[in-house]
Amino acid sequence: MNFKHVTGLLCAAAMSLAVGSVAQAQDKVVKIGAILPMSGGTASIGAHAKAALDVAMDIINNPHPELGNFPLAKGAGLAGLGGAKVEVVIADNQGNPATGQNQALRLITEEKVAALFGSYQSGVTLTSSAIAEKYGVPFLNSESVASNLTERGFKWFFRTTPIATDFAKIYVDFLADIKAQGAKTDAVALVHDNTEYGTSVANTIAAAFKEKGQPVALDIAYPVNATDVQGQVLQLKDKKPDVVIMISYTSDAILFAKTMQSLDYKPAVLLADDAGYSDPSFTKAVGKISQGVFNRSSWVVGPSGSPSAIIADMYKKKSGEEMDDTVARQMQGFFVLAEAIDRAGSTEPAKVQAALKATDLKPEQLMIGYKGVKFDDKGQNILASGAIIQLQDGENYVSVWPKANAEKPPVLPYKGW
Amino acid sequence: MSFVLVQVIVGGLLLGAVYALFSSGLTLVWGMMNIVNFAHGDFVMLGMYVAYVVYTLMGGGPILGAPLATLVLATVGVVVYFALIRDIMKGPMLAQILGTFGLALLLRYSVFWWFGANFLSMPPNIVGGTYDFAGLRIEASRLLAGVVALLVTFGLHLLLTRTSLGSKMLAVAEDQTAAQLMGIRPDTMQAVAWAIAAGATGLAGALIANFFYIVPTVGETLGIVAFVTVSLGGFGSVPGALVAGLLIGVIESLSGYLIGAVYKDIVVYVLFLFFLWFRPQGLMGKM
Repeated sequence: MNFKHVTGLLCAAAMSLAVGSVAQAQDKVVKIGAILPMSGGTASIGAHAKAALDVAMDIINNPHPELGNFPLAKGAGLAGLGGAKVEVVIADNQGNPATGQNQALRLITEEKVAALFGSYQSGVTLTSSAIAEKYGVPFLNSESVASNLTERGFKWFFRTTPIATDFAKIYVDFLADIKAQGAKTDAVALVHDNTEYGTSVANTIAAAFKEKGQPVALDIAYPVNATDVQGQVLQLKDKKPDVVIMISYTSDAILFAKTMQSLDYKPAVLLADDAGYSDPSFTKAVGKISQGVFNRSSWVVGPSGSPSAIIADMYKKKSGEEMDDTVARQMQGFFVLAEAIDRAGSTEPAKVQAALKATDLKPEQLMIGYKGVKFDDKGQNILASGAIIQLQDGENYVSVWPKANAEKPPVLPYKGW
Repeated sequence: MSFVLVQVIVGGLLLGAVYALFSSGLTLVWGMMNIVNFAHGDFVMLGMYVAYVVYTLMGGGPILGAPLATLVLATVGVVVYFALIRDIMKGPMLAQILGTFGLALLLRYSVFWWFGANFLSMPPNIVGGTYDFAGLRIEASRLLAGVVALLVTFGLHLLLTRTSLGSKMLAVAEDQTAAQLMGIRPDTMQAVAWAIAAGATGLAGALIANFFYIVPTVGETLGIVAFVTVSLGGFGSVPGALVAGLLIGVIESLSGYLIGAVYKDIVVYVLFLFFLWFRPQGLMGKM
């Protein structure tokens, strides 16, 4: 018997041990499949989400009395299932709708997950949730904002995040408000990529402005992951809109910031629709040349000692990054899903679905600034809400609107660099 | 012609020069050994990361980063040649495609593992800001990349056509056995070709890093452009890659500005296919 045989045998022994221990713990583990972009152009988002899910699992699976009455924090595991631990199985969607669909199928049929969670890009959520619907497995989405996702008559799809129509209304109101304070906001330009997210959000915002009697003056679409955006910036420079609304993922957001600087273009108001502009790597890379950009967010860190501040701290220790809006919405969504499974007291799909339908969380039970979590018949959280934040110093966003919970007044015009 | 249009065309030319710069390495390897290097875009990416590391560790700008990236990538090129290319060249075409594709993923995800998935960026104005010629704005970093692109392309062309090293390399490309009979070592020549090609690619990456974002997957975005540039210019033709790069840059910018950015790739690829229909060997390629 040579060395190879010995190692082979040892491996086999180790594997059988591992299999044995899994089998023992099986009745005490609730598996949740998370479909996230772990590679591809938005891999930074996936990496942040993974860190957030690790923190969420820690909070759920271990006692955290410092979080007070935050759901699932006090005890170890899910009390409703005899202290069962939550385990996340992460699947890489590569930012690709077809891959997301395959991963959903694999997680359901092979990993036998109790529920699915994901998938960041609206286009991927669209396809992967269709598989969950077909197999009758609950799917919780926490961050995709394309309005049509909850317009498909799905029975197993639940979404906690505010959506494009909510944001469009926020943007219209915000611009009307700063107009009343003397800013010029008549001509609005939309700049968006050609993905499901970019086009559907742009359409929703355009419709909201049209309804207000202020049709969008300029609509600029560009292919996602562009190599060059000089043409688009020059179009803006030429047409001189008062307000530019950016609907872009991280790579393009960085390229736009750099190109705007090199071509010396500054609109009076630059307003971003989350996504790339909330990625911490955006602020690190080009924050200093994007000072004064407005953005939307549902995340506001609370006073020190509050659950949201403690969770933000745990997340920072885990990932080395500040908590941002996207990752906060993802984490909140995961807690909502875990809380429903706990309340269902079972991993049986129909029971989890019923528990999700009955979800009624109050603002003080959340880590994020929603007015609560309660789903309508379409699976959309009707209490989701958001605010406007501004990157005033080029490093950290501060909330500036609505006035009631603003840290600072909005600063105009856009400063840039 | 409106003033904005001038800016669009100038921007397109500068962009095209950069396309040419990072395509010259690909066309060289393609012409020399008939190998399609799918890891090419990831060589550009490595060059960008070398420049970034040089900046963060030593605070050096492109003066330090560009030569170091060239050296590091030239070394990577030689290692890749002896460890992978030399063997898969003997195999079927499919082995070559999958081999270099595997290398691409290996490089991409090694960088991913080491640096993480976050987007990085060189500090703005590391190469002297932006020049303003009566309203026409030219970024110093793009200008630098464009000028170096022209110099490198010209240098590579001279090397291949006017030096004995170049003649030896071309002889190996033409007929390996005959070259061997003349006392030329194909192995050495091909390793040199890989060093030059990868070095030029590393240089391109270091220069692009000054005005583009840096991320492990950036090779995907840039790699496709390199392939189109090389096939339009003609496989193996360095001057062809330059002309093709400039053409694609200007066409992209013009169609992006005049028709709309989502259509610019359609315009580029329709023209590209239409052109190959008449001249399948590319602008300056040999049949």
